[in-house]
Amino acid sequence: MSAIATRYEVVVGLEVHAQVLTQSKMFCGCSTDYLTTPPNANTCPVCLGLPGSLPVINRRAVEATLRTALALNCEIPEFSKFDRKNYFYPDLPKGYQISQYDLPFSRNGHLDFDVKGEARRSGITRVHLEEDTGKLLHAGAIEEAQSSLVDFNRAGVPLMEIVSEPDLRSSDEAREYVVRLRAILQYIGVNNGDMESGQLRVDANVSLRPVGQAEFGTKVEIKNMNSFRAIHRAIEYEIGRQTQVLETGGRLVQETRGWNDARGLTVSQRTKEFAEDYRYFPEPDLPPLEVSRAWVEEIRASLPELPAARRERFITTYGLTPYDASLLTASKPMAAYFEETVRLGAPAKAAANWILSDFSRLLNADRKEIEQSSVTPTHLQQLIQLIDSGVISGKMAKQTFEEMYRAPDPGPALTALKGSSQISGDAELQAIIDQVIKQNPKSVADFKAGKQQAVMFLVGQAMKLSQGRANPARLRELLRTRLSQNG
Amino acid sequence: MTLFQRTIRELHQMLIDREISSVELTESVLGQIAAVGEKTKAYLVVTRDLALRQAKAADERLGGNRDVRPLTGIPIALKDVLCVQDVVSTAGSKILKGFSPPYSATVVERLEAEGAVFLGKTNCDEFAMGSSNENSGYWPVHNPWALDRVPGGSSGGSAAAVASGEAIGALGSDTGGSIRQPAALTGIVGFKPTYGRVSRYGLIAFASSLDQIGPMTRDVVDSAILLQAIAGHDPRDSTSSARPVPDYVSTLRDGVKGMRLGVPKEYFVAGMEPAVEQAIHDAIRLLEQQGASIEEVSLPHTDVALPAYYIIAPAEASSNLARYDGVRYGYQAEGAKNLIEEYMLTRQQGFGPEVKRRIMLGTYALSSGYYDAYYLQAQKVRTLIIEDFTRAFEKVDALLGATSPTAAFDLGAKTQDPVAMYLNDIITIPANLGNVCGISVPCGLADGLPIGLQVIAPGFREEVALQVAYAFEATADFRRLQSPLMRAAAA
Repeated sequence: MSAIATRYEVVVGLEVHAQVLTQSKMFCGCSTDYLTTPPNANTCPVCLGLPGSLPVINRRAVEATLRTALALNCEIPEFSKFDRKNYFYPDLPKGYQISQYDLPFSRNGHLDFDVKGEARRSGITRVHLEEDTGKLLHAGAIEEAQSSLVDFNRAGVPLMEIVSEPDLRSSDEAREYVVRLRAILQYIGVNNGDMESGQLRVDANVSLRPVGQAEFGTKVEIKNMNSFRAIHRAIEYEIGRQTQVLETGGRLVQETRGWNDARGLTVSQRTKEFAEDYRYFPEPDLPPLEVSRAWVEEIRASLPELPAARRERFITTYGLTPYDASLLTASKPMAAYFEETVRLGAPAKAAANWILSDFSRLLNADRKEIEQSSVTPTHLQQLIQLIDSGVISGKMAKQTFEEMYRAPDPGPALTALKGSSQISGDAELQAIIDQVIKQNPKSVADFKAGKQQAVMFLVGQAMKLSQGRANPARLRELLRTRLSQNG
Repeated sequence: MTLFQRTIRELHQMLIDREISSVELTESVLGQIAAVGEKTKAYLVVTRDLALRQAKAADERLGGNRDVRPLTGIPIALKDVLCVQDVVSTAGSKILKGFSPPYSATVVERLEAEGAVFLGKTNCDEFAMGSSNENSGYWPVHNPWALDRVPGGSSGGSAAAVASGEAIGALGSDTGGSIRQPAALTGIVGFKPTYGRVSRYGLIAFASSLDQIGPMTRDVVDSAILLQAIAGHDPRDSTSSARPVPDYVSTLRDGVKGMRLGVPKEYFVAGMEPAVEQAIHDAIRLLEQQGASIEEVSLPHTDVALPAYYIIAPAEASSNLARYDGVRYGYQAEGAKNLIEEYMLTRQQGFGPEVKRRIMLGTYALSSGYYDAYYLQAQKVRTLIIEDFTRAFEKVDALLGATSPTAAFDLGAKTQDPVAMYLNDIITIPANLGNVCGISVPCGLADGLPIGLQVIAPGFREEVALQVAYAFEATADFRRLQSPLMRAAAA
């Protein structure tokens, strides 16, 4: 019997942890700003888990979770509760994390996204709310460190966990799922989408199964993927690794693996042969929550236009391709930037091209968001107008755009561009006027017959002839003088 | 009578009449602590300087007649499970040795606002786990009625302090009887309010769904006064009730005429001492003579309350006590080679045997595969117990029974047999599981040792429990029962 290589189906499910943008922590009044404050500055008896302290629910964090759940088409049960997840670790001050176990705020939702313009849907198992942990800083590598320090500024920051069904079938799908999810979280204002600083964290459960098999294969959890690219690469790597293990007759172990971005591979962190027992039980310090229908409807009504709807609108209103529309709407600030540029008068297609090509390339290289750039929609619209009116070539514009992008104030570069290419010299302008008069005898006659508007037509023709480079004010002046002289 | 023998109400009158000063009163109590403290071992920490400073401030308040409250200038003891800012608060455990919290419990803040004087932290069973005070991480407490006997627990230090004249009143905490049982065994009044009536913020947790802070006093009036000061909603405790707090003192003397009082037959448990049973029957008769109608009722699930309690309370405790890991505060074992070893050594050395036993019980009960059979089952039993009370209170206004099946037992008598020790709480535990309130009031002596009558009222009907207890106390002759230690020192 000849060996036929088994074909495998990729199964991916994602667990996304998103810090909720609230002023204060999940269960106390401490500030959530843990990135810019000195270690342990934003702490109190509650988030330090001191004896006798008690949690009080931050209603805004609950509201943000409900917003997210509604944006992900989830059902919101009327009754929900918090539970304790028990485990020991120095970054967990109470020895348990307040989380949600069997009665989360929401379940049974779905997320629509697209891969290269094709529609996809993944089920959302649940969106629940919990508290973040502190951060450990080791003196050296974790295996050898002689001491470790704990910073509890992050402890108690509200954290949503968004769990997908194992519905994703490729690294492309996984990446696009996260792209769309991140966009939604930004659109509804519940998370800033910063993956690098860990405010949006993605864990992937990856497994393979022979095509046609119903049961799932052994799953491996991948952590530490800090960018879209890392998610894609890590899952690709893991698919390759698992395929190789299976094809060489090996057996996969259920484990957690960390993505090493520099080396481009996943490394085993701990095996999960025996399921961890977190001894979940209802949090006795917090009464169960009743989520009123009125509250749910109020939140639903307050939801803004979501990425999928905006994408459709960009296609129909601006005539963009589905692909461009997807890319533009993946980021709320980028979509807003695009709309503002168009509103100022730029053609949609040109605006989209600029934002998605040159502008994005520079932003990505600098790991910056569009709203952090000094180039405003007004600047971009003016640049596009200069090209459209033929003042500058596309090639010139590209060079200038980078100059504008690098400058703290892009204004001078733009003005210089206009100035440098403008024809202001009288001799040159006269030459253009000569030509226009020669080519448009009828208009010249009209003017002489008293039709003042005819001069505007002639100015327009002159501008065209000069590829828009003529100084319009001086041109009009010279043209009027010339026509009158010949009177 | 010396000052330390008197009640809050009497002393309040003397203070506002300028007969005495709070400093005099405080010195009198501190003198008694100095005199008998080595015998009772009721205190873990005596905050002498703080007490005198607060007494002085109270005298200024009294002198200027500025916002004088019923507790202004009154010396009070606090069970060691209550956090007091910058005062060592250990819950009777070595694992919190030397721990000074940077904040005070809500009840402590409320007493401070009243102008009360804090005498110190009273001894208790470690993390309030125990019925004899022998589980203290430091030393056992001795009963002021007979020093070779236990004062009950876990609030044994608070009980002994009030019974010996080492405090005028005290706060305790009650998870399964820890206020009522020691009150009964030391001849004082101990009141466990309904869960949610008093804020738990700053109470070092044992079992969060059962713990409740309450007053321990010389008589029922004082109990009402002290409860009035600490009861009410606290935004820092989400489980505290927003229900308004009635005026407990003004309705105290309303009497029991026309009241229907139930006697649960299940509360006359096997192993109850005959003298205790007799004293309870006598007490019931006395209330009947005052115009209450008495009827037997049934609380059919009483026998499963104890096993359900010993699942729920340890389960919550196993989680509540996880934070004592030596990383941030309290005791930290030396010589650990890695993190896991540090956890293990710290907890091995820092916790006593009963605490370890309950952590293990609770961890087991919550473990996957056992959760449904133990924890979930126990919660269902809890629901049945709540329903028992609901049905009983459809027929009667309050329930009567013993607080403890026995009077104070000898130190060491039950330390080798945890189950025998647990049986002490068999008639106090249902009130914690059933979300009702219960008060213990002295109702006699058996061989010179106090016996307590327990009055249980529906949830948030503290005024009913107080009325019945007051009516009994006013007629019975036990209000002025004084422990030999208090009498001797006063003589």
